[in-house]
Amino acid sequence: MRRVAVIGVGQSTFVRSYPGSIRELAFEAYRDAMKDANLKPNQIDASVVCSAPEYDKQRTPAGLMAEYLGLNPQPTFYVESVCSSSSSGLRTAYALIASGLHDVVMVLGFQKMSEITSAESQERMGRGADIQWEAPFGTMMPAYYAMYARGHFEKYGTTEEDLALIRVKSSTYGVINDRAVFRKALQLEKIMEPKYIATPLKVFDCCANADGSSCVVLAAEEKAKDLVAKPVRIAGLGMATAPINMAARQTFSGLTCAQLAAKQAYEMAGITAADVDVAEVHDCFTIAEMMAYEDLGFAKPGEGPLLIRNKETYKEGKIPVNVDGGLLSKGHPIGATGGSQIRTIVLQLRGEAGEMQVPGAKIGLVHNIGGVGIYGNVSIFSAV
Amino acid sequence: MGFEQFGIVSFTSATKAEQFVEFLKSNELRGTVCLDCGAKFFPPRTDCCYCLSDRMDWFTISGEGRLVSFTTAMFAPAGFEKDVPYTLGVAEFADGTKVFGRVDRSIPQEQIKVGMAMKTRAVDLGEGRLTYELVAA
Repeated sequence: MRRVAVIGVGQSTFVRSYPGSIRELAFEAYRDAMKDANLKPNQIDASVVCSAPEYDKQRTPAGLMAEYLGLNPQPTFYVESVCSSSSSGLRTAYALIASGLHDVVMVLGFQKMSEITSAESQERMGRGADIQWEAPFGTMMPAYYAMYARGHFEKYGTTEEDLALIRVKSSTYGVINDRAVFRKALQLEKIMEPKYIATPLKVFDCCANADGSSCVVLAAEEKAKDLVAKPVRIAGLGMATAPINMAARQTFSGLTCAQLAAKQAYEMAGITAADVDVAEVHDCFTIAEMMAYEDLGFAKPGEGPLLIRNKETYKEGKIPVNVDGGLLSKGHPIGATGGSQIRTIVLQLRGEAGEMQVPGAKIGLVHNIGGVGIYGNVSIFSAV
Repeated sequence: MGFEQFGIVSFTSATKAEQFVEFLKSNELRGTVCLDCGAKFFPPRTDCCYCLSDRMDWFTISGEGRLVSFTTAMFAPAGFEKDVPYTLGVAEFADGTKVFGRVDRSIPQEQIKVGMAMKTRAVDLGEGRLTYELVAA
């Protein structure tokens, strides 16, 4: 198989309500990535378009996007794994290039969550799980992750304050990320106010919906070197799944899909957790970041709280995590999130992350989860 | 009438496992067991993903389970707004079967603990609708 590299990254500013249509929202990330890679549309051999379809009014968005982005008549198609759609898109694009089928492939992620009304959104929220056996009880994402928080608390003695410390870190970096939707610094006392969404998760334990887009351009590494000065290699990819139904879950203190995906990605890259210089993890809720510390091997099971208490996941710490503010501060436009995480890591490995830069970062990791641990993608990148 | 009778809000009208609702009417919570390989399933399914058999029988969830995790939802999706706050939980029974559902709302919040003994109970929601819940054993 051929090696594959990232040659361009882009994202829109994530906002609460984007004042334009989905094609215009997508174009913002596309323009950003195409300028970054210094490419013309006819140099893109194929595109993979990613979103969560329940938020789209447009049927079959890939066709619409290919036209608006100027990517006809090249192949295009749609890839979905809810919140990890654009990481699944990366995996798909990687295979298209590694196989030799295409040389340059673009992964476009987008979500205009404000496309539908709040009432429609409330209705869809209830259908995010198994609609036959679980949704009839009144389920939603915060409640599911809250059950994992309870599981972690019971097994390891983790506290609400430990989770709050993750939000404090997130807000620290949200302040300096001009693409983030939430840019206010938050103090611990504010985060600890007992405004529960689903116990033990409170309002600031949860990320915000947002409208946004992301774009990642990949190329065969031998071509990448001719196209851009600083290609970033995709060194390892892992993906695993777990049952959608809570009754079939083995544990409520970690996500098995992430553990398995991480193992695969580390093996493929020939590295261990200790080799990672900077990571982006899927912090849709604070507990999700806590579990990621352990599922990725940055901490032993149960020792995630020590990492955040000791500030080891801050920029200056042992393993900087989500130093762009993460989903908690950037916002979580479902289909765009993975691409945004990848963009952050690519900028870090090129030494172009500005105020967020982790000095000398050579290996970066992206952990992107779909649903409550249904789909787990872990991707490892390295400076070439 | 079939599976649309199940749950506070129903999203699925037809399933080959609709007899589940009939068992609830006699206060029995049942899963399925594969007649060919013995695999047990809850929620029930009519196709065995281990041996591909479609020969299934029903078994009853009985005895005491332990609460594995829970949460009390203060916000709800459409159709459940009037129910908040309500508690969702997972209980594990002696044979390893896990059951997800609502927790009996008459149990005071502070008494709900991971590890507490639970059993299941069918609930008549009125107007022909049925569900089940986890209650203190």
